[in-house]
Amino acid sequence: MVFAQVSGDVEKTITGGTLKVATAISVRNLRKVYPGQPPVVALADASIDIKDNEFFTLLGPSGCGKTTLLRMIAGFEHPTAGSLTMHGENLLELPPYKRPVNTVFQSYALFPHLTVAQNISFGLEMLGKPKAEIRQTVDEMMALVKMTEMADRQTGQISGGQQQRVALARALAPKPRVLLLDEPLSALDFKLRKDMQLELKRLQMETGITFVFVTHDQEEALTMSDRIAVMNAGEIRQIGNPRQIYDQPAERFVADFIGDTNFLPAELIETAGQTATIRLSSGKQIAARAAESGSQKGKVTLAVRPEHASIGPEAEGLLAGTLGEVVYFGTDTHYHVALEDGTGFVVRQQNRPDATAQFSSGDRVGVHFAPGIGQVLKD
Amino acid sequence: MADLSSAAETRASRRRWLLLAPALFILVFAAAGPLLITLLYSFLTPGDYGGVEWQASWQAWFNVVMERDIFDDTLGWSDAHLSIFWRSVKLSLMTTVLCLFFGFPTAYFIATRPKKQRDLWMLLIIIPFWTNLLIRTFAVVELIRAEGTVNTLLIWLGIIDTPIQMLFTEFSILLGMVYVYLPLMVLPLYASMERLDFSLVEAGYDLYATRLKVLRRVILPLVKPGVIAGSILVFVPSLGAYVTPRVMGGGNQLMIGNLIELQFGQGRNWPLGAALSITLLAIVMVALMAYVRAAGNQEPHRV
Ligand SMILES: Nc1ncnc2c1ncn2[C@@H]1O[C@H](COP(=O)(O)OP(=O)(O)OP(=O)(O)O)[C@@H](O)[C@H]1O
Ligand SMILES: [Mg+2]
Repeated sequence: MVFAQVSGDVEKTITGGTLKVATAISVRNLRKVYPGQPPVVALADASIDIKDNEFFTLLGPSGCGKTTLLRMIAGFEHPTAGSLTMHGENLLELPPYKRPVNTVFQSYALFPHLTVAQNISFGLEMLGKPKAEIRQTVDEMMALVKMTEMADRQTGQISGGQQQRVALARALAPKPRVLLLDEPLSALDFKLRKDMQLELKRLQMETGITFVFVTHDQEEALTMSDRIAVMNAGEIRQIGNPRQIYDQPAERFVADFIGDTNFLPAELIETAGQTATIRLSSGKQIAARAAESGSQKGKVTLAVRPEHASIGPEAEGLLAGTLGEVVYFGTDTHYHVALEDGTGFVVRQQNRPDATAQFSSGDRVGVHFAPGIGQVLKD
Repeated sequence: MADLSSAAETRASRRRWLLLAPALFILVFAAAGPLLITLLYSFLTPGDYGGVEWQASWQAWFNVVMERDIFDDTLGWSDAHLSIFWRSVKLSLMTTVLCLFFGFPTAYFIATRPKKQRDLWMLLIIIPFWTNLLIRTFAVVELIRAEGTVNTLLIWLGIIDTPIQMLFTEFSILLGMVYVYLPLMVLPLYASMERLDFSLVEAGYDLYATRLKVLRRVILPLVKPGVIAGSILVFVPSLGAYVTPRVMGGGNQLMIGNLIELQFGQGRNWPLGAALSITLLAIVMVALMAYVRAAGNQEPHRV
């Protein structure tokens, strides 16, 4: 199946020497205020550049404006302010039916009066494609999402996972340049969800279509995305690839929302480039990653991932405390430590067959982590 | 043991029949009974001063569509009756189509208002229903009669200088019937549109369907039950309408309802009136069956 996706821009930039991928969608200071008492600021001056062929994820808690942003790109909602372009073309001037984007709706929104095949062919018919081409594309799409046997079923007579696949096929059939997916997996059970995550990723790579994917599941975002925008309360807090988001959270919200994190009160002594020197509450000094925008000297928060820390004898640790709960998880064990300054700290250590249980609840222990592993947060 | 349970069963079934009794009573005495009497009368001979003579005759049925010339006694089609039938069917169809034309956007408008406003809008649609039909019809007469509001206004504006004859025409009957029956179209349409999942409309736009295509390919198929119900609710009473054509059409634009009334009144031909009533019933049934079949076939599946 050939998707007319690899655009001229990409080839040009590649032959031009610098390997720079063209921007598919450019969101500039986009703002959406819903009228009301008081008005709801659903999106506050968001700016994002989504690249061609990218799997881009909007991640954030419920009500943070993910759907609003997606609906503005699709054209169902008009922004209060800001600009929105696609491959340099102003999207805001186009009605939804003229925008070369397709949506996989959260509720799937399959047409109940049409069969599976008729749903998939709808967009192609509206585009006025020749009959033979429609039939061929529909067959391809049904094969792609493994729904060929169900072509003539009513959409009410197939399971949730199958509906989801039909919704996907329907949106992919017209070969859009950008596919918008609003929490397409949220209604599925765990197993099916895992399968569909892989499936989606495969489809995205096979078709080369830019995916803008909405989720509030951080694990889903980390495993599937090329890049993630973390949103909160209508604002974009950080954009980066999964590693950056996880290892170098820009601020407390991001660190807290993505994965588990220990927050330690600390004092910033000096910053040299990417590295900051901080003093922990125990008085010991250690190197840490500086906050992106830099921080003033004085009180800061240091974020340390549980799996980046280890537990040992009190004398060897950076911080000392009393071991509380020890929770066994099969692959690893979580040690809950009450530090001397009163903060709680969780250490996650992998279980090895040769390891003997060295510490038990009530023991005095030391917590250790390597220099440069903690992240200073701008708070 | 067995006796006990069978006694309980008998009691239960007696109670069920008791519950059913009012409905049965109404069905037998208010629907089936009068219908049978009407059917019976249509095969009798008219009495001299109304009523019927108990003498079997096909004459009434014959007279529904045929007549014998008074002068040369030849058989021929009853032009008067046929033109009344034709006018009735034509005006009822036009009423239905016009009600659909005006009612559809109205219902869509209301269904797309915020939830709190919808009830208020529906109230506005229903309020005229609380007013007596005759009064509402005379209100329309007041609007369009020769010295009525519309003509006065047009003359005052200098657009015309002699009043337009609107009253006592087919146009005025149509106007009156559309006005009177519009709520019957809006109500079922609104009910089905309110249940419409508007994300399906968005999905239509998302898949490159223009407004018109979304209307035809998404909205219409989904609200079809409402369209069918509304059309039936408007068409059936229009076909048998009596008050509106009587008031708006004067004496010379009769519809079936008026023709039937005439037979039981001045015409003193009860059997003919009865035969016409049954004919009306038959026309309604045939039209409904044809309509439902056509509307149902178009799209073989419904949720
Ligand atoms: N039509 C509307 N009118 C008024 N407020 C709205 C409307 N749609 C959304 N909002 C508000 O805008 C904010 C953002 O909503 P949005 O649907 O974009 O959130 P979301 O991030 O998609 O959340 P979720 O994960 O729950 O789907 C919310 O506070 C919501 O209440
Ligand atoms: Mg949402």
